[in-house]
Amino acid sequence: MQMPQPNDNPGDPEGVVARSSMGAAELREGSDTVEGEDRPQSTPAPGVTRAPEVGGGSEAAEPTHPTKVDVRGLSLWYGDTQALFDVSLRIPEKDVTALIGPSGCGKSTFLRCINRMNDLISAVTIRGQLLLDEADVYGSEVDVVQLRSRVGMVFQQPNPFPKSIYENVAYAPRIHGLAKKGAEMDELVETSLRKAGLWKEVSDRLSMPGTALSGGQQQRLCIARAIAVNPDVILMDEPASALDPVATATIEELIDELRSNYTIIIVTHNMQQAARVARYTAFFHLGEVIEFDDTDTIFTNPSQKRTEDYITGRFG
Amino acid sequence: MAANLQAEKRIRQRYRREQRFKALCIGAITLAILFIFVFFADIIQRGYTAFYQAQIQVEVTYDERSLEIPAAAVSEEVRPLVSRGFLRQVPGHVQSDPDLKGRTVTRWVTADTGVNQYLKDAHTGLSPQEKATVDKLHEAGRIEFAFNTNFFTRGDSKMPEMAGIKSAVVGTILTLAVTMAVAFPLGLMSAVYLEEFATDNRFTRFIEVNINNLAAVPSILYGLLGLAIFINFLGVPRSSALAGGLTLALMTLPIIIISTRAALRAVPDSIREGAFGVGASRLQMVTHHVLPLSLPGILTGSIIGMAQAMGETAPLLLVGMMAFIPSAPDGVTEPATVLPAQIFTWASMPQRAFDELTAAGILVLLAVLLTLNATAVLLRKRFERRW
Repeated sequence: MQMPQPNDNPGDPEGVVARSSMGAAELREGSDTVEGEDRPQSTPAPGVTRAPEVGGGSEAAEPTHPTKVDVRGLSLWYGDTQALFDVSLRIPEKDVTALIGPSGCGKSTFLRCINRMNDLISAVTIRGQLLLDEADVYGSEVDVVQLRSRVGMVFQQPNPFPKSIYENVAYAPRIHGLAKKGAEMDELVETSLRKAGLWKEVSDRLSMPGTALSGGQQQRLCIARAIAVNPDVILMDEPASALDPVATATIEELIDELRSNYTIIIVTHNMQQAARVARYTAFFHLGEVIEFDDTDTIFTNPSQKRTEDYITGRFG
Repeated sequence: MAANLQAEKRIRQRYRREQRFKALCIGAITLAILFIFVFFADIIQRGYTAFYQAQIQVEVTYDERSLEIPAAAVSEEVRPLVSRGFLRQVPGHVQSDPDLKGRTVTRWVTADTGVNQYLKDAHTGLSPQEKATVDKLHEAGRIEFAFNTNFFTRGDSKMPEMAGIKSAVVGTILTLAVTMAVAFPLGLMSAVYLEEFATDNRFTRFIEVNINNLAAVPSILYGLLGLAIFINFLGVPRSSALAGGLTLALMTLPIIIISTRAALRAVPDSIREGAFGVGASRLQMVTHHVLPLSLPGILTGSIIGMAQAMGETAPLLLVGMMAFIPSAPDGVTEPATVLPAQIFTWASMPQRAFDELTAAGILVLLAVLLTLNATAVLLRKRFERRW
């Protein structure tokens, strides 16, 4: 397969973006035949792999779900290695969007762009636009701390703080000044734990360290911790990959309950999981979005050859 | 069949090789333990006698004459057997208790070092006549061994029976207080900055390499640096605990930085991500999560750094702490000495009686160092967290 040349001059933003988007365009043209006009017009396309200006048709197809995260031509480099190539996506509000793809395809990297967790890694260069509610996440006036209180995150390995269960949930509201100490905070902790489906299991031992819970409980504690500040978006980076099937099922049920209130973006290795929990699915491959569509369409009638190859298990 | 035999032979060979290697390792450990054992046995055997000391019961006359010539306070017979250090205190007794004036009191007083040495079967400068007196008094129960309180309550002295470690202990405490007051916050801040805030670039890498190099610099060079900067340039009083403490702080700083960084690095990144993920700022991430988790490790490293500073002598030589300090310093700017320096001073004294004092000083220093290290180990054991 033809790849865009690795960028040898990251200091030149215009050149870089131009080159990588050109590379992506070439790929799209060259790689397959199903794309473009052959696509059934009835398919609701919440976002497109094409450049946004080309995707006029898709805007009309999503009246029920306004766009929450609008990504336009996002490219990312770790040092000299390009990890994301001109990614464009429109992630709809208050539903579950899954990002699937083989290892190293850039789906986690992309996820971490949304709450700017990639800022923590030095030598990351990002070009392009990522809009959250039409405001640029990478704008100079954006406060990262503020952003992360709106975009919560759940990680692959459950990582509760080595503090009490109560403290784990109360920590974020406290540092953001969302609730006063005492009854108000107690209530917030209870609500968050209830939403995360953990309250019944831990209500009588809130002072126990969060790390003493089982893996699945820890992960739900992390979800409770994330929703305690009432974010708009919850990013989940393979939240169930370290859990057993039963705990995974519990987490998936929980995601299903949360979908009406939060925009959930979930990275998963497990295609069945994507099919079970997500309304929309984006297929990433080698740092590019190959296809983004309704989950049903992606799994039953993908428009791209590579998507089909991946979901039928021919690679990845 | 032949192949089978060969395989068997190879296996036997392998077992023999493993046995040989194990034997060598056990030998090495045995040798190390033997060295430690010999060292401790030697020091204890030399030093334990310093913890008790002869005292003599004499009649002390506090009259006009003895106030002028203190030696006249005791009878001529026992005069050479009583510590001159005690006789010098006679006028002081009257001053602090005027009732004593004109009275004769029977009391136990510190005996001269000659009596001590004689009774401990060591070389002594006593004349045969004096030896006879000592024997007579000893039999009459007027000369006895008692716990050597002077060793812990008095400073250095030219008279071995009066010499103690108090001024050195106070000096050590003051010096280490200065050292830790300077090195701990500086080291902690540097380590936290390098580990949690600084970006990885050529400049920070350069600093890192140099900190590691600093930890390997011979300590006497820190003494030269301290002499040049603190005493000659900044005008810190010579031989003071301040000058010594600052010099030792220079030496301890890299140790604290390195151990603190190791402790910070032991906190898994998932904790940092979790904190960032809920919108903690970098400072909140460090102070709420990473520092509390790494504190036991940081303290352990600092205690070990402190123990190392405590046993250090070479840099203090150059800032004048190798001094004769009879009375304990009252502040950090007064002349002071430290335990290892006191040991060195005693070791170079000509009188044989200082031998046992030297060994006793080493025992005290070892006891303190072992306590410090044991605390560090306990702290690590108690609070260590496995991820």
